[in-house]
Amino acid sequence: MNSLARLGELSGSLDSFRPWVPSWRRQATRLGWSPSPSPSRSRTAAGHRRSMASEEFQRTPMVTGTSVLAVKFTGGVIMAADMLGSYGSLARFRNISRLMKVNNSTILGASGDYADYQYLKHVIEQMVIDEELVGDGHNYSPKAMHSWLTRVMYNRRCRMNPLWNTVVIGGFYHGQSFLGYVDKLGVAYEAPSVATGFGAYLAQPLMRDALENKPELSKEEARQLIDRCLKVLYYRDARSYNRYEIAVVTEDGVEIVGPLSSETNWDIANLVSGFE
Amino acid sequence: MGFSNWSKTVVVEEEDHISLTRKMAALTISSSTLGGFTFDNCKRNGFLEAKANELGCHLPAARKTGTTICGIVFKDGIVLGADTRATEGMIVADKNCSKIHYISPNIYCCGAGTAADTEMTTQMISSNLELHALSTGRRPRVATANRMFKQMLFRYQGYIGAALVLGGVDCNGPHLYSIYPHGSTDKLPYVTMGSGSLAAMAVFEDRYKPGMEEKEAKALVRDAIAAGIFNDLGSGSNIDLCVITADKVDYIRPHDQANKKGSRTGDYKYKRGTTGVLTKVVTPLNLDVVEESVQTMDTS
Repeated sequence: MNSLARLGELSGSLDSFRPWVPSWRRQATRLGWSPSPSPSRSRTAAGHRRSMASEEFQRTPMVTGTSVLAVKFTGGVIMAADMLGSYGSLARFRNISRLMKVNNSTILGASGDYADYQYLKHVIEQMVIDEELVGDGHNYSPKAMHSWLTRVMYNRRCRMNPLWNTVVIGGFYHGQSFLGYVDKLGVAYEAPSVATGFGAYLAQPLMRDALENKPELSKEEARQLIDRCLKVLYYRDARSYNRYEIAVVTEDGVEIVGPLSSETNWDIANLVSGFE
Repeated sequence: MGFSNWSKTVVVEEEDHISLTRKMAALTISSSTLGGFTFDNCKRNGFLEAKANELGCHLPAARKTGTTICGIVFKDGIVLGADTRATEGMIVADKNCSKIHYISPNIYCCGAGTAADTEMTTQMISSNLELHALSTGRRPRVATANRMFKQMLFRYQGYIGAALVLGGVDCNGPHLYSIYPHGSTDKLPYVTMGSGSLAAMAVFEDRYKPGMEEKEAKALVRDAIAAGIFNDLGSGSNIDLCVITADKVDYIRPHDQANKKGSRTGDYKYKRGTTGVLTKVVTPLNLDVVEESVQTMDTS
């Protein structure tokens, strides 16, 4: 119970003790932020930075997810991610979901460390509940979520303890589609098509080509484009899996479809024999 | 003489010339009878590079082609494609270099990696293949060129940075190989190499079908190279194509000028008459020549 309180997680029994704190500060503390140390406290008597030992750079990610793809279309955004959690080169968890519904107008997908994504998911879900409890008719917009996440990721990176994820945020708010990307370094941008990991090398060329020929895609065209990209990724990404989920956010809300599989064509195997 | 001076200043300060040559002689006698690969020079090269870096001078960066190259087998033969950008670090060294090299009248080879390595290697194998063809009295086969490439590249253990896409049509039909710098080869219906290979391969995996027509095949290769050009920073400029069939070779350079330099839309020069002339007074200066002398410049 003590450790929970220290982490700043919402815990009902402590409410009566807690003074009023603005929600941004509460959320940030939940994610591990602490106010910057004053000059006098940043060094020990010996003059060394004590913080170095406890706040090492986070070690390499353990269970990881590969690419997340997303593309805007007229009336919403479509996002896809496969359902594999790799443990290095081992395909360890073959039925994990890397896409989440934030609220009726926003979806979020993450690649990279799965544990960090689970933590982020927990915090965001709690934030959304808090927002609903306020009950003023407002919800987090996708742009607001993207902005908040950028600040959090960048802050973690500055403190040398990043959330080892690349996050894609998609949404449809006030009649406009939104698609954003945030890195573990805090690199953030919006684009009509976004892909993380290997998807940036394999799927992004296909998505950009389709959007160049037709900047306003329909929902079916966007879905077909994503399916093609997922197939190419399954062929060529060594850490991918042929089971994926697709999330679509439109004016009517969020729909997460899955698990689905690509139809693969191995006919060229008949043309290959030997290596010379 | 020259060697000992060099070694005195760079490698060894104290030892004198005579003891060095004695050591040199000892080295040559001991290593001649051992078989296999010798990597003694690698240690020396590493040492020299470290020394040079210490002094502040850096060895010149190898000019890489930072490329997108690809090839496919279609109904009647082979289509090879390449971009035309050569990079030297972060700078474009050559905006329009030719990456599709001639091997023999029926065999062409695209090269990615270190530009010098691809150029010299393809020329070497082309020359050897011509001699071989004259010796056998037959048209050279693609498998022969492949074998020559891989045996040479393996011999150099990857130090020759040449990644090649070799294609041609011979008596046994069309053949397409990809050859890696360490000497491994793959015989496939479609291959891509270079920094833009993933972008090009995505296009191939999406749209390749066995037994395409020439027009369709050319369009597919053009699109694959375009994907590399627009999504990879190491590739750029134009798209070159080479279509090889049993009876002819079409070396199309450029097939597509994907990145044409724009023309200036405006001009800062004002036309004569922009400013209206109200009056014009011409006063000739009548000058008399007083003295004329010639002084020659010292151009020695």
